[in-house]
Amino acid sequence: MANIRTLSFDAIVIGGGGAGMRAALQLTESGLDTACVTKVFPTRSHTVSAQGGITCAIASDDPNDDWRWHMYDTVKGSDYIGDQDAIEYMCSVGPQAVFELEHMGLPFSRTEQGRIYQRPFGGQSKDFGKGGQAARTCAAADRTGHALLHTLYQANLKGGTTFFNEWYATDLVKNSEGAIVGVIAICMETGETVYLKAKATVMATGGAGRIYQSTTNAHINTGDGVAMALRAGFPMQDMEMWQFHPTGIYGAGTLVTEGCRGEGGYLINKDGERFMERYAPNAKDLAGRDVVARSMILEILEGRGCGPEGDHVLLKLDHLGEETLNKRLPGILELSRTFAHVDPVKEPIPVVPTCHYMMGGIPTNVGGQAIKQNADGEDVIIDGLYACGEAACVSVHGANRLGGNSLLDLVVFGRAVGLQVKKSLDEGFESLSADDTDIEKAMARLNRLNNSTDGENVAEVRAELQKVMQLYFGVFRDGASMQEGLKQLAVIRTRVENLSLDDKSQAFNTARIEALELENLLEIAEATAIPAEFRKESRGAHARNDFTERDDENWLKHSLFHPTDKTVTKRDVNFKPKTMEAFPPKIRSY
Amino acid sequence: MLVSIYRYNPEVDDAPYMQDYQIDLPEGKDLMVLDVLNLLKAQDTTISYRRSCREGVCGSDGMNMSGKNGLACITPVSEAAKNDKLVLRPLPGLPVVRDLVIDMGQFYKQYEKIRPFLINDTPAPAIERLQSPEEREKLDGLYECILCACCSTACPSFWWNPDKFVGPSGLLQAYRFLADSRDTATQERLSDLDDPFSVFRCHGIMNCVNVCPKGLNPTKAIGSIRTMLLQRAT
Repeated sequence: MANIRTLSFDAIVIGGGGAGMRAALQLTESGLDTACVTKVFPTRSHTVSAQGGITCAIASDDPNDDWRWHMYDTVKGSDYIGDQDAIEYMCSVGPQAVFELEHMGLPFSRTEQGRIYQRPFGGQSKDFGKGGQAARTCAAADRTGHALLHTLYQANLKGGTTFFNEWYATDLVKNSEGAIVGVIAICMETGETVYLKAKATVMATGGAGRIYQSTTNAHINTGDGVAMALRAGFPMQDMEMWQFHPTGIYGAGTLVTEGCRGEGGYLINKDGERFMERYAPNAKDLAGRDVVARSMILEILEGRGCGPEGDHVLLKLDHLGEETLNKRLPGILELSRTFAHVDPVKEPIPVVPTCHYMMGGIPTNVGGQAIKQNADGEDVIIDGLYACGEAACVSVHGANRLGGNSLLDLVVFGRAVGLQVKKSLDEGFESLSADDTDIEKAMARLNRLNNSTDGENVAEVRAELQKVMQLYFGVFRDGASMQEGLKQLAVIRTRVENLSLDDKSQAFNTARIEALELENLLEIAEATAIPAEFRKESRGAHARNDFTERDDENWLKHSLFHPTDKTVTKRDVNFKPKTMEAFPPKIRSY
Repeated sequence: MLVSIYRYNPEVDDAPYMQDYQIDLPEGKDLMVLDVLNLLKAQDTTISYRRSCREGVCGSDGMNMSGKNGLACITPVSEAAKNDKLVLRPLPGLPVVRDLVIDMGQFYKQYEKIRPFLINDTPAPAIERLQSPEEREKLDGLYECILCACCSTACPSFWWNPDKFVGPSGLLQAYRFLADSRDTATQERLSDLDDPFSVFRCHGIMNCVNVCPKGLNPTKAIGSIRTMLLQRAT
């Protein structure tokens, strides 16, 4: 064995956010020897920043609510490239998963009947789009992510989960048969590098919003798991699909929940006009996020933006009254006062579309098993590798995620992956042990960095990467500028390959972690840029000036980016839900 | 501006020391302390600190800024700097791992001690357990804790007995479960706390209230626990 310590488990979960902790809980409770490996203490994970809620047909606000209506909204929201079997699973299992959270102690806000409070969110309807706006997002004030993450951590403490807190996974270990048999990880406190061996490795590493300059995402959102899978040679799905949240605080990027608009807030331009009435006459400010974000950018481009630079719009909340704001949106009041120097009780908040969510990721089936394709273009399960949450593309969000669906995705598929791993291991799944060569291969990247003498500066190259992504792969895209962006990314790749680590110390060396994270950001940026140029249509969050229409004949497909030769192919979208007819593609209007 | 940072790397330093950095801050923009640290780290990559959400909800970057505990990401430089000087130290009272990174093991242990999870032995219903808005309101000001440790590391009683006194953060969470209408372990929870140290080492100094970045009031929660303990005794 290579010269490092090995620790063995049945299953390891990489990531201690909502998806990772839900998976770890399921695995631990099912009696498997499980480790949850997380680069920050679990409650510091980015799930903590989710505000508005978790969308689910629990029939509290409307006793007649139906998960099929939620499914319809999600399929439509995805612009029809969400997999309908996965969406069906999420929406139908959802209520059970939400009630489980409540039983664990999640402090949801309540209705007079004592049930969970639900608020309206964008893209929600009753009766398959025919019954008007629904209120389906279960909320704990505007701190639902915080409440959910802490509750899951608490449940894991109760359940006795083994945590590796502040351990940073660097690369997957792949055996001679191509199966995944664990990861290499660094204990940040001591600097020790260890091989964590497992029969099942679950990637729950979240998103990578830090590829953009302006993002609602935490500093830690560097797509580590997706990048590890790319380096292991596995394909990524729909990576061109990035959600820009309509309301990031102008200048700071911090998120202002869609729940603001759900509670009755609305966007205005410099003339004080509620402009969404023009773009989405029915749903107005509660249209899909992609629709609202584009409308905002158009307002700005056409000279109706606010402020001295005319480069943002305003979110008006003061008409809701101080009492409602204090009760329903206390966190937003805090954030606005801190980061926008604005008191929403009195004045509107300056906002601008801001990178928020990665719809793409590691392709998986409903059980979270990672998928690649064989030479004939057929799906093949990757032994030992699983994914859930934002790192995965199962795909329930397709080309555009609906607000409140990410928290549901986390708990439903975190749970599902736990069930699937248990099933596979019970059926006797085994894989060959890794040999020295396999482990050395997985350590190559870390070794190069640790031996670097001089080269590029991490902060500079990272800033350059974020600038390129912001400029060429933002809300609106076109072929020529994406070509230019790709050229610049190629230059950045040569710089990243030459990163230097000046500080070689062991104890809590965050310089080492930041260098490794930057390498991951580059993998994600490239896996985003190439399929973005490849998809020659506009769908969901992918809006091209040179191909402005959706093209179902050619592009009602997932994209699949293959890292080994940097090509893109198409993969079929699932139109076979188990219990009902599929929703056929329709023109998407709000 | 002058930024003075507590430095300690156990591999090379025999003792901690303060290192001074000069930095030109952009005009007309009031940066947060975390922004300043990020700018400094771009120059000197060896400075270590924790950070994640950068919006005051994850609790990673608790530190002592010119003498007061708080979160670096939501503390404006204008507020933290004194006489154009910003002094950054790790949260006091717990061992330092490196620079501004402290070993929070003792703090987490106290949190775990209060059994921070809902206990309800009755079978769960098919839907959620019902709770009235009034009952739920009792959790406001309690459940929002982000475990940043600013309060407990500002508390002299916690400095003195970090192994025996649960501390303001842990006690706030203890009361969060005592106050939850859905929790059925009230008596066991009170028994766990009923000793001279766990709760009664609080002397009402109120440093915790003064520094809590979320505006929570652990002293009040501790008072409520005391009342419950005393009522039970009589």
